[in-house]
Amino acid sequence: MIDFTGTVEEREARLEALLGGYSDWMERYEEIIKLGNTLEAYPDEHRDEKYKVKGCQSQVWLHPEVRDGVVHFDADSDAAITRGLIAMLVAILSDRPAAEIAKASLGFMDRLGLKEHLSPTRSNGLSAMVKQMKLYALVLAQRG
Amino acid sequence: MTAPLSMKALRALFPVLEEKVHGKPLIYLDNAATAQVPTVVQQAIADFYTTYRANVNRGVHYLSQKATDAHEAARERVRRFLNAAASEEVIFTSGTTDSINLVAFTWGRQNLSKGDTVLVSAIEHHANIVPWQIVCEEKGASLLVIPVDDRGVLDQTEFDKLLEKGPKLLALTHVSNALGTINPVKEMIAKAKSRGIVTLLDGAQSVPHLKVDVQDLGCDFLAFSGHKIHGPTGIGILYGRRELLESMPVWKGGGDMISTVTFEKTTWNELPWKFEAGTPNIEGGIGLGAAIEFVESVGLDRIAAREHELLEYATPKLLEIPGLRILGTAPEKVAVLSFVIDGVHPYDTGVLLDQLGIAVRTGHHCAQPVMDRYGVPGTIRASLAFYNTEEEIDALVAGLRRVVGMLK
Repeated sequence: MIDFTGTVEEREARLEALLGGYSDWMERYEEIIKLGNTLEAYPDEHRDEKYKVKGCQSQVWLHPEVRDGVVHFDADSDAAITRGLIAMLVAILSDRPAAEIAKASLGFMDRLGLKEHLSPTRSNGLSAMVKQMKLYALVLAQRG
Repeated sequence: MTAPLSMKALRALFPVLEEKVHGKPLIYLDNAATAQVPTVVQQAIADFYTTYRANVNRGVHYLSQKATDAHEAARERVRRFLNAAASEEVIFTSGTTDSINLVAFTWGRQNLSKGDTVLVSAIEHHANIVPWQIVCEEKGASLLVIPVDDRGVLDQTEFDKLLEKGPKLLALTHVSNALGTINPVKEMIAKAKSRGIVTLLDGAQSVPHLKVDVQDLGCDFLAFSGHKIHGPTGIGILYGRRELLESMPVWKGGGDMISTVTFEKTTWNELPWKFEAGTPNIEGGIGLGAAIEFVESVGLDRIAAREHELLEYATPKLLEIPGLRILGTAPEKVAVLSFVIDGVHPYDTGVLLDQLGIAVRTGHHCAQPVMDRYGVPGTIRASLAFYNTEEEIDALVAGLRRVVGMLK
């Protein structure tokens, strides 16, 4: 499995190297689905409406928490691809300072051609997930 | 008379079916959402734009007359297609949803009051639930629901009992969009009518596939959409019995729907324009007329027979996939295959099939109560049209096997 430590940008570069190796989207999806398996078990006490991300055809739960001055995300989904997509975002953004998450440009999404999956009208809700993570980070950053 | 075109030749009239998606040939199995449009319909719309585009009903000039004639000819074609008694009973709307809303906010507001009930079935599309809920809420009325069995067949014994409760309206789908069930609407309407209950039929999924004769069925209202019958989007029809339409209050106000306007008192135009405020979707109406002409030229019997053949071919093939369960196994059904696969989310299946060029619908199909009834969050739905082929169904089955392998 790839190393998701370091800054957001360093992590993005490693993810890009992993997914960029496939030109065929079926293979890319296979890798994204595998990423879903790297998610830590989602805490059951947070599996409720409050932590659901709206705008997805599948169910997505996302829970933020400040741990030692960084924002830690737990996430889960009942669909494999969505689970992989949220795992990808968690791998890149989790356990970084709130301010860094809030201003992350996530340029890898454009470069990987994920942008077409980002449109708010797409049913996978990737854009809703990004928005929600940044919103949490913004709120937590303000709290200092 | 020329010989009828073969299915292969008919398919060639739909250029979009030759498209490639993600580098693979498109396999379009989402016809219950939107059916593709043949070149003759595209041409009819293009002719309007290129040779006689103008506003209808008001102009004295040549183009306006020609546009009005074409628009009204389309209305007349719809009338004949449905066997309505008069073209005044055929109202252009933006689609089935708009048609049902029109009835809810005119007839419904006028006739429903506190304690009244509206009878719907457990397999309605949201379009035939929500407008009634809105009006019921406003008036203190409520919904009664005809239950459905595991196959997707309405419980007729319960229906009879619910009729005893004296609902004001029976608002029923002819064919279920989520399950494919064809309801025995003629018998059900007759029972409702014998008790003086007004009847509305949601024909969105039936009019494109079965002969729908409003006088034979005896319904008071029928709603359907252009885009499901190989016509344009944003156009639909409300058929209503003249007597009822005349007694109903107006809904949307504006141009065309008026007779005289003064600041003191405005009087309404006659049918059908009374319900057609503002400039209508002229190209939509003309396109719908052309689509119906096309469907009639192919023949609804032939369309139904071919689609049934494809359904019979696809059903056992799909059932060979381990863990696959079809929802909607009514003996009378259209070519809609709604299914779930153990351990596989419909959304994942849809996304991966799309990568293989296969277009299916996933989710709740705007029929959440149906999904709740079967205890699933959603299904994968392949809905077939006469232009689909056995090879495409084989590709769907092969695609599903590959996708399930990736996801399990």
